[in-house]
Amino acid sequence: MKLSVGPNQFFWKADRWAGFYDDMAAAPVDRVVLGELVCSKRLPFYQDRIPGAIETLAAAGKKVGVTSLALITLKRERKLSAELIEAGVEVEVNDLSMLAYLPKGAPFSVGPLVNIYNEGTLAFLAGRGATSICLPPELPLEPVRVLAKAGRDLGVEIEVWGHGRVPLAISGRCYHARLHRRTKDNCQFACEDDPDGLEVSTMEQQHFLAMNGVQTLSDSFACVDHQIEMLRDAGVASLRLSPGTGDFAALCGMYRDRLDGRTAKGAIAGALEDATPGIRLSDGFLTGAAGVDWSGARAD
Amino acid sequence: MVMEIVCPAGTPASLRAAVKAGAHTVYCGFADETNARNFPGLNFERDEMREGVAFAHDHGSKVLVAINTFPRAGGEEMWHRAIADAESAGADAVILADLGLLAHAAQHHPNLRRHLSVQAAAANADVINFYADAFGVRRVVLPRVLSVPEIAAINAETEVETEVFVFGGLCVMAEGRCSLSSYATGKSPNMNGVCSPASHVDYHEDHGDLSAKLGGYTIHKVGAGQPAPYPTLCKGCFQAGEATGHLFEDPVSLNAEALIPQLAKAGVTALKIEGRQRSRSYVAQVVRNFRAAVDAQAAGLPMPEGMLASLTEGQATTAGAYKKTWR
Repeated sequence: MKLSVGPNQFFWKADRWAGFYDDMAAAPVDRVVLGELVCSKRLPFYQDRIPGAIETLAAAGKKVGVTSLALITLKRERKLSAELIEAGVEVEVNDLSMLAYLPKGAPFSVGPLVNIYNEGTLAFLAGRGATSICLPPELPLEPVRVLAKAGRDLGVEIEVWGHGRVPLAISGRCYHARLHRRTKDNCQFACEDDPDGLEVSTMEQQHFLAMNGVQTLSDSFACVDHQIEMLRDAGVASLRLSPGTGDFAALCGMYRDRLDGRTAKGAIAGALEDATPGIRLSDGFLTGAAGVDWSGARAD
Repeated sequence: MVMEIVCPAGTPASLRAAVKAGAHTVYCGFADETNARNFPGLNFERDEMREGVAFAHDHGSKVLVAINTFPRAGGEEMWHRAIADAESAGADAVILADLGLLAHAAQHHPNLRRHLSVQAAAANADVINFYADAFGVRRVVLPRVLSVPEIAAINAETEVETEVFVFGGLCVMAEGRCSLSSYATGKSPNMNGVCSPASHVDYHEDHGDLSAKLGGYTIHKVGAGQPAPYPTLCKGCFQAGEATGHLFEDPVSLNAEALIPQLAKAGVTALKIEGRQRSRSYVAQVVRNFRAAVDAQAAGLPMPEGMLASLTEGQATTAGAYKKTWR
């Protein structure tokens, strides 16, 4: 199985951003998708570093992709999206508006924020030029199996959300701005102090969600350590690791070791729990009753 | 031109009530997971759909059938059958969200009018025109993330009719792109046609406080004697940083009646009322009021004022994203 690094979902300062992709050039991953997924207002802060990052990653032998925004509404966002193809690398579609901009027949990949729940949709996108598809994180294992088979028949590689806070919703409203009693147009970049998102808990102090500007994520970090064998059996070609702070290259290494059989089931979760006692992991979308569930908890 | 009022009908009785109250158009769904209001006791069996369409047509109203969840891998047949049955029941259009289902409908039911559901979250003119080119979509229900000027700009760039929500429940998140409910409960709008389902709601009293929980998570907590709102996830009271409150949205519902003139000017074809889960008397009252409003609008008369106050009594309302400061 391959490893992909998804686009960073958070607002990172330019130096942190560029340093991350220098690290990824040396990390044991096959593909890196970069660019702005969540909020077009963030892009000017690091846009000029993107060509350099693409070059560094490509020189290190990584397949590189550039993501679309998750929600394209404004005129300048439409223009930006129409110009994405000029980056010279494969575009990852995370808003179906991209289908209006991509030249007919140009190959593209599809990210986890596009609704691909069934074979009919997969076949339609394959017909339009999709070469690889990262499935929506909420899909359970059984549909993943069906879609991985359909993908194989159509020559489309199927990827599954492997690790990281799960994107759960996108909105027209910016919650970071709302938290600071500002409007989105006058947000003053309230999200920049939360490089992994801002934790949202209930009135009874239950850890629950994380806010990231217009995006809402899970509080827990998805981790498919316990499902790797099932996913491989299902025909899944690749796992997606979603960027976070900390030693992300080391995290990539843990997944690589696990995929290559150098470590056993539970090794990744165990290492994460040792490094960060109390870390909250989840894999419930794949095999649990609810997304937040964690199979490791039941095994204890 | 009179703006078209598109009304919800969760039951055949509601459909008849809406039609009699003056609804130009009624939308409804089959009683299964093919529609996004898959609640117990709601929606239409096949024979009820045929009778409902006949009743509406006899009274000069149209019926739209919502088949707007995302078909299950390995189970698409149920959704394909729903489209075929909607067509044979005489439906005036189907409301679809899934790409594969749109492709199927365009290929196998070319004469059945296709509307794009709000669940597809088509939020700009380029993607709307893509749906028109690829699948012959004739109308789009716009997601509730757009301001009135943005809606006007979309209408200037597309031939596809636009329909917007004006009353009822309000999604804060882009519709069809939200997994909050399945994260907490395992049941999702996209896969199961439910959000924050009653099956996972629990009210819990502790030291005089009442907690409304969803999937074990406390969504609202109120003092003794206070009404606890239904624990819809995105309208809950949470904590982040130093703040406590309704971080995503207040427990409000949408009421854009005051914006009808602006929406008309923006080129909107149809006004949609949310609430297939509502009673027929509620539906009839909302329909009568909105019908009076659009008739007044078309005749150049002033809007009747505060007409829906009794229906939203005790509950705050908002004009949502239609006003840009909402964001």
